[in-house]
Amino acid sequence: MASPTVLPMTYEALSQVSQEEGLIELQVGPAHAGSGHMRILVWVEGDTVVKVDPDVGFVHRGVEKLSEGRLYVKAVPMVERPSLVDTVNANLAYVEAVEALAGIKPPPRASYVRVITAEISRIISHLYGIAIFGIFLGTSTVFMWALADREPFIDLLEEMTGARVTCSHIIPGGVRWELPADFGDRIETALRYLENRFNEYEKLWVKNPVVVARTQGVGRLSREDAIRLGVVGPNLRASGVKRDIRKDRPYEVYDQLDFDVPVRHEGDCYARLLIRIDEMRESMKIIRQAMKQIPDGKIVYDDYYNKMSPLFKKIYDEGRVKITQSLTSLAPPPGEAVSLVEGGRGEMFYYLVSDGTRFPYRFRSVTPSYRNLPFFTHVMPGQKLADVPAIYGSIDYFPPEADR
Amino acid sequence: MRPLADTVSIDEKVGLKVSCSPEKLLVVAKALKEAGFDHVVSVTGVDWPKQGKLDAVWHLSSYSDEELAGGIAQLSCYLSRENPTVPSLATVWESATFQEREAFEMFGIEFQGHPDLRQLFLPEELKGVWPLRKDFELKKRRDEFWRPRRFFQ
Amino acid sequence: MSDQEGSFYLGDLETVTKKAMDYLKSKKPLKSLIEWGTTYSLWPAYLVTACCGTELAAASGPRFDLERLGFLSYGNPRQSNLVLIDGTLTIKMSKVVRGVWEQMPEPKWVIAMGACVLDGGIFWNSYSTVLARDVLPIDVYVPGCPPRPEALAESVMILKKKIKGEPIET
Repeated sequence: MASPTVLPMTYEALSQVSQEEGLIELQVGPAHAGSGHMRILVWVEGDTVVKVDPDVGFVHRGVEKLSEGRLYVKAVPMVERPSLVDTVNANLAYVEAVEALAGIKPPPRASYVRVITAEISRIISHLYGIAIFGIFLGTSTVFMWALADREPFIDLLEEMTGARVTCSHIIPGGVRWELPADFGDRIETALRYLENRFNEYEKLWVKNPVVVARTQGVGRLSREDAIRLGVVGPNLRASGVKRDIRKDRPYEVYDQLDFDVPVRHEGDCYARLLIRIDEMRESMKIIRQAMKQIPDGKIVYDDYYNKMSPLFKKIYDEGRVKITQSLTSLAPPPGEAVSLVEGGRGEMFYYLVSDGTRFPYRFRSVTPSYRNLPFFTHVMPGQKLADVPAIYGSIDYFPPEADR
Repeated sequence: MRPLADTVSIDEKVGLKVSCSPEKLLVVAKALKEAGFDHVVSVTGVDWPKQGKLDAVWHLSSYSDEELAGGIAQLSCYLSRENPTVPSLATVWESATFQEREAFEMFGIEFQGHPDLRQLFLPEELKGVWPLRKDFELKKRRDEFWRPRRFFQ
Repeated sequence: MSDQEGSFYLGDLETVTKKAMDYLKSKKPLKSLIEWGTTYSLWPAYLVTACCGTELAAASGPRFDLERLGFLSYGNPRQSNLVLIDGTLTIKMSKVVRGVWEQMPEPKWVIAMGACVLDGGIFWNSYSTVLARDVLPIDVYVPGCPPRPEALAESVMILKKKIKGEPIET
């Protein structure tokens, strides 16, 4: 039935004594609780983990090769599907690279809409990370709470775009949908609801002695190791490195908004949990400022608007932008471009090479979960076997994103 | 500033661009590391079949240096398509290990000195097929799926 | 042992009791009881295949609660009777799914979620994807990319009707 390299089992599977020094090799298999479809081969001696080898690729669909046969605009859903919990930031990263290649600049109102939806997406992503961390530690209460708290924000995106998670509303040159009329009130209600919920999370989850005992001091990553291994996102900031793309290399309108970058210095699982809650508070600050500062104006760039037919302009007045021929025949001049965007899990990097046709010549995307892979080989050895789920849950690893 | 490499330029869309030949690669990489670039963001390749060469491209960035934070440096190296071998930079920057494995299985670029060069994403059946090269064609019709007959019938 | 319809069961004790049990199970009161028990306790084996898995997780959440339909995600495939394929199946993952499916005891069903199992979805021309119907026999398909959690709940209701043998309108 199966070739010798694949043993599909749940949790820890058949153990076989390997030839080296009495170590036992286990497989934390591809079908397991939480975010599955990734296999970790763990060599243990007694109870301590000695070597870890992640076996990835169970969700590899070849996004890089597939995008070379699609138009620049049509590759947007291709980019969103891997990082499904954080789609707006992935979308934004790709579109930034295309705009740098083609030399298009979006109008200010579109930039503000992009920033607002990106921060909503960041809140959604962090809540999902907390839910999965809860499942890995064994409780399902936090899983239910965090998934329920995501729903008001998913409803906001759905009211604007019509789709729950895969919005695809950022296109090169602007955004596709206008903010609805009552968006300001609804988002204020949602933010206040989440702030009240944070008090409940503190009581149940953050100050829980079981959680503290299982995560404090576990999976410590020092500052030098974090820099040397190249980890990204909240995992990096929990180890003491103050690095946030929104401050170091500002894109869109982040240089006009005022927010802090939370940093912690312990580097263990508990710090990684706390820093996600801090980042959600910062996101709420950003959303409130952006809603106050948003200017009026167009949501696509002027050249595109002028080329629309009168029927499409009538549809534009209702708040939607149709994709016209000027976008489908977008052929940037030959060259290269690079874009870096801070997503919910870390930095997203895109490198596009164009040769003057309507299809990208080389599409390279590096997602944050891919760059967090050294956690498995360097942080897990030395810990006890029972700590492996706690570490895995705290780094917020999402296999479809890493495999693309 | 960099008499070792072949071309050095600053591009407004990409950042610092350095390109050199495979022999001088380790020296240039160590010089960039001294200058403050301390981790690798991406390792990949670009295939130019019409010009008969394959690029190996490394993108670097810096966490600890304040001035270079947020900046990207691109280090590229031109290889021939028949025998693409290049010294591995996993000895210089440890963050390149997983990404070089991916570049190997997608393009066939052989990194000499890499501690553990094997397939990362693709299963064992697709070894030797370098999918991201331009001469590998995707299927054009919907019914040419990989049929797992060997396993399941 | 013979009954009103006039058939004789001859043979040793084991085969006779098995035939009698099959006959009784196809008669009305016992059959309805068994179906009622099965349809309200469809336990899926824990298998999250690709990006549709987040909508499965959202469907198990409190808003679109699937547990009220008897849908408890269980860890061990040897004690579950449903496989949910969500998302794209790659070559590596298809071997795993087949292995999990073969470990499950009869009766078992498969619900396939997402556009990627229907006909390839947006990754149709990839070099490492497999169509799901080449790997497993599928009972219910749920279209969407990703399908809404309400669509998943409706697919469970359709599966229940299929188990009971009632006619289905989709």
